[in-house]
Amino acid sequence: MEHFSRFSFSRWVGILLKEFIQLKRDRLTFGMIVGIPIIQLLLFGFAINSDPKHLPTAVVMADPGPFARAYVAAMANSDYFRIVGQVDEHQASELLDRSKVQFVVTFPPGFHRDLVRGRSPTLLVEADATDPMATGGAISVLKSLGIEVFAPDLQGLQRVPTPPVELRIHRRYNPEGITAYNVVPGLLGVILTMTMVLMTGLAMTRERERGTFENLLATPATPLEVMTGKIVPYILIGLLQVTLVLLAARWLFDVPMHGSLLLLYAVVLLFICANLTLGITFSSIARNQLQAMQMTFFFFLPSMLLSGFMFPFRGMPEWAQVIGNVLPLTHFLLLVRGILLKGNGVDMLWEQVWPILAFIVVVLGVGLKTFRRTLD
Amino acid sequence: MNGLVIDVAGINKRFGDKHVVKDLSLQVRQGEIYGFLGPNGSGKTTSIRMLCGLLTPDSGRGTCLGLDVLRESAAIKRQVGYMTQKFSLWDDLSIGENLDFVARMFGMRERQKAVDRSLDELGLSGRRQQLAGTLSGGWKQRLALAACLLHQPRLLLLDEPTAGVDPKARRDFWEEIHRLSTAGITILVSTHYMDEAERCHRLAYIAYGSLLATGTASEVVASCRLNTWEISGDRIHGLAEDLRGMAGVDQVASFGATLHVSGQDGARLQASLQTLSQVSDVRIVAVAPSLEDAFIHLMQHAQDPFAG
Repeated sequence: MEHFSRFSFSRWVGILLKEFIQLKRDRLTFGMIVGIPIIQLLLFGFAINSDPKHLPTAVVMADPGPFARAYVAAMANSDYFRIVGQVDEHQASELLDRSKVQFVVTFPPGFHRDLVRGRSPTLLVEADATDPMATGGAISVLKSLGIEVFAPDLQGLQRVPTPPVELRIHRRYNPEGITAYNVVPGLLGVILTMTMVLMTGLAMTRERERGTFENLLATPATPLEVMTGKIVPYILIGLLQVTLVLLAARWLFDVPMHGSLLLLYAVVLLFICANLTLGITFSSIARNQLQAMQMTFFFFLPSMLLSGFMFPFRGMPEWAQVIGNVLPLTHFLLLVRGILLKGNGVDMLWEQVWPILAFIVVVLGVGLKTFRRTLD
Repeated sequence: MNGLVIDVAGINKRFGDKHVVKDLSLQVRQGEIYGFLGPNGSGKTTSIRMLCGLLTPDSGRGTCLGLDVLRESAAIKRQVGYMTQKFSLWDDLSIGENLDFVARMFGMRERQKAVDRSLDELGLSGRRQQLAGTLSGGWKQRLALAACLLHQPRLLLLDEPTAGVDPKARRDFWEEIHRLSTAGITILVSTHYMDEAERCHRLAYIAYGSLLATGTASEVVASCRLNTWEISGDRIHGLAEDLRGMAGVDQVASFGATLHVSGQDGARLQASLQTLSQVSDVRIVAVAPSLEDAFIHLMQHAQDPFAG
């Protein structure tokens, strides 16, 4: 017995080598070993920025004049604001609801006059505070804008008030800046992405791995029957999950629910469909359950990081936003926050709905094509 | 339908650069048990899958149950029972649930009745709640056969149905096959076992994708034109190597305690054996070549394109 229990170096090397050979053969795992660190590095290093700049800002100008223009120019120069244009009050509110702008700055009537007379005029700054993290930096910059803003026009000012303008900041949709208002609705999307893609991904590869798929194919069942028949149970599971999260959001976190719950469920259904289609497509590409799991992870990682769930969407560079816009989660987050926190109605949703629909159509196309009706 | 349930010609299938099935032509008559033989990887499973519509042939033409194998695979599937090589029912469904599911897939009208009848015939009525995964190999195979008979197919395609099944279950299985054949069901069965091959009405031998011989067992044997002698004695173990080098000896195979020596050139073989009988103490008797001798012969003369 003793003879066998000695640590054999050559045996050990044999095991080591076998492991490396198998790793090399398993290309997806190998891809993960190399790919995940690279993706993480790129995303965290370049794409993610928790102090977003160039936030789209609309200006409501009730009193146009050189001082107002100088102030707007100063905001733009700070790099935190990107002025998208002048609008009226009604349009401004809609832009906020539709998440088109992050800020609306309103110059009140008599802005010029008050400033000249040395009375600090009040500037109304409305921020879309659904994600408190996105607005923090910009607001503190705004507060620090001082008298030098008006330097070119200083000769027009007799007595300079300090501070030159009074800021009234409205944090719309989330006045107290509670992170949970943003995170909990977001979790809805993250949980659905994770479970829906993974569960359907495994559902089909399990059949293939166990050989039962061949039996299914030998019956007259059509691809559409198999695919949809496997999808529907998970739709129900997804709806159950959503209900659980919503109940927790309401009773544990006091997340406001301004919009229609029916509308919310409709949107959830659409999002579930997008994820299930992807899961089924993964499963028709993956050869075994491990691969399906790895593919899910490859999709889940950018979904978490680039959708605006963990980090402000507007803080990312253009290329990352382009990728983010392909992901259903990005649009779903806007939809859920829009409905729950902003009370958006059905007329406001189309802009986020069509990218999800497009995603479904494309992925379903790929899925049906790769679905091996026959085993070839 | 000219009495042919399967009638295909020139069927080819490639996977990548591997030519798995080459110009397969097969005629199977109504109600016969047709044995499909050949070494592992010879294209038997691929051929069966093409016949039941799971795979589309790259080229070729023909009919299965009078339906076009290239264009009407959906209709073929409805009338064919296909039993896969590996147990492919759902381990985590019970026996009853498995049968019920299969019945639903084939859109059977009196589903419950069919499932009950099938369970009765299997003798599993009392165990319908048992998970299929917990059945023994023999029972799994019986369940699989019952599942592919559920929709009353006219053609059964069985891919090595008795692999890994004990002798008693194997015998029972073949009795069932013959009963089905008597009832008019046509059966194509692939196997490695010689005794099973001999139970088939007709045979096809396929190696490396090419069909090498077809016909009844005796026709296949006759087509090889072998002369076979059986050698027995106490010290025949070391003899096989010596025999292989002798003139006229094409092949030597051991059958239990005896050796079968075969060759196409009967005269030369006989001469060699006569010399042998003078120098060693063995009994040499001329026998009729067996099916196995024939298969060994076919095997040796087939070219393996994948091996060097």
